[in-house]
Amino acid sequence: MGTSTTSGPNPAREKQFVIGRFPGFATTSWVFLLYLYIPIFLLIIFSFNASHSATIWHGFSLEWYLKAFANDDVQRAAVNSLIVAFSATVVATVVAVFAALILARGGRFRGRGLSYGILMLPMTMPEIVTAVATLSFFTAIKLDIGLGRVVIAHTVFCIPFAFLPIRARLQGMDTTLEQAAQDLYANEWQTFRYVTLPLLMPGIISGAMLSFIISIDDFIITLMVAPAGSTTLPLYIYGMVRMGVTPEVNALSTVMLAISLVFVSTSYLIGRKKQAVTPKK
Amino acid sequence: MRLLQSTPMRRVLGLGPALGIIGFFMVVPIAIIVVFSFMKSNPYGGVNPEFSLEAYKQFLFERNLMDELVFNAAYLRIFGRSFLLALVTTALCLLIGFPTAYYMSRQPARRKNLMVFLVTIPFWTNLLIRAYCWILLLRDTGIINNYLIKWGIIDEPLTLLYTNFAIFLGLVYTHIPFMVLPIYARVEKLDFNLLEAAHDLYASRRQLMRHVILPLAAPGIIAGCLLVFVPCLGDFIIPNLLGGGKHLMIGSLIQLQFGGSRNWPFGSAAALILMSFVLIAMMIYVWGPGRKMKPEGGA
Repeated sequence: MGTSTTSGPNPAREKQFVIGRFPGFATTSWVFLLYLYIPIFLLIIFSFNASHSATIWHGFSLEWYLKAFANDDVQRAAVNSLIVAFSATVVATVVAVFAALILARGGRFRGRGLSYGILMLPMTMPEIVTAVATLSFFTAIKLDIGLGRVVIAHTVFCIPFAFLPIRARLQGMDTTLEQAAQDLYANEWQTFRYVTLPLLMPGIISGAMLSFIISIDDFIITLMVAPAGSTTLPLYIYGMVRMGVTPEVNALSTVMLAISLVFVSTSYLIGRKKQAVTPKK
Repeated sequence: MRLLQSTPMRRVLGLGPALGIIGFFMVVPIAIIVVFSFMKSNPYGGVNPEFSLEAYKQFLFERNLMDELVFNAAYLRIFGRSFLLALVTTALCLLIGFPTAYYMSRQPARRKNLMVFLVTIPFWTNLLIRAYCWILLLRDTGIINNYLIKWGIIDEPLTLLYTNFAIFLGLVYTHIPFMVLPIYARVEKLDFNLLEAAHDLYASRRQLMRHVILPLAAPGIIAGCLLVFVPCLGDFIIPNLLGGGKHLMIGSLIQLQFGGSRNWPFGSAAALILMSFVLIAMMIYVWGPGRKMKPEGGA
């Protein structure tokens, strides 16, 4: 959309001087979005390529998906990834719910800012620092529990990702329903169980889903702390990418992209339901 | 009436588990690498529990055959290069990210939400896969070269991968959502009346940008720059995969110390130096110019 001042025959689409519109901004934005998505689309398209070459199009095929799924190493890595992501998500979400309740509803108290800072720490620290620190710690206390090391490390960095949507939900929540429940002689537990928790659910689901993909996708921390035999999908893909470009990697990457996409979209849609559930006064 | 009465007991029970997990498995580990960085390295991995400043000395000096300390700028160069790379990436992200964020904020609500969503999605996808997408495109036998040759535009493949161009392409690609989103959050709240008022007072487009929009967007710009600069500084996946690992970065330097070349104290010291850069950046953000306009709690 340029800034030409010609008054065309269509007055509705006439581009006259619009306050706050700058030339080139629209082009930059659309070019930027193309830059963001073209590589991803090409990856997806070429994962369906019927040839051994990963980069020349020969026709549609599901061959590489079948190959990737049939691969024992891929299966093992996928199972590991799911175990880790599931355990880390459950623990992180549960502790995040309680932390969010206290921080969003608990009023002001000493150490509130510090608590918030510590909760956000895993998000602000460069991943490589967290990775080597965790590795040093596990080595120092001689913690040798295989995949459990990965689960612990993932739980730590999943907490802030679970916490933020839950807290956002709590902050935007109308308390009139809870007050009504208490007026009707619901005790504190009943109010929480039958009013607060259901209202909070979209935030909890949204936080859990974000934790899940953050865990499934993590690479740097897993690379450092995972002992031999605890390969996750990203580690497996890294090993293959270093060997070169193969159509199998394209297929596997596309599957992982699809998982992320489904989870983020669902989390986003659930988060948007907020307006429908709690009408604003 | 306060729902969920906040008693000290409940605060401990509620915050305890989350803070305990992060405290025990993150704060303690960081304390441990502080200790490690002051110890002697064990060539078989790990450390020897003896106090030593060797790890920090190693940044600036190396020991020659006579066991004397000689100045060595190799590690300084690695830090310098990482800084430069992060700085240029931040500038590029700002150059593309600001117009995009501003344009997004001026769209109708539906399209606005869609665009925010589109910018966010790549953040939630695997970093390796995003880097791999570019390998697929840029290799000598990649999609770009293959099709340019097929269509007879070039005869020889262009060298695109393992260049600085590829590194910047990848770094901007993976970090730019962190620039767009904070700026968007600021300019989206921009009061349109201010722009109109400035326009009525004969402000040109340039003046509008310089004296109205940019000052109001400044906290978002600062936040965006920090959110790009900090992770970029420690990134090593993109420089390794798209740059071919020809030049060491801080991130890969740290990683190598805990892997093949095994000097844990030195790796710990490098990690702590990287961490202190992050802390400085965060302090600039918290106490810097954007403080008064930042909503309480942040994020």
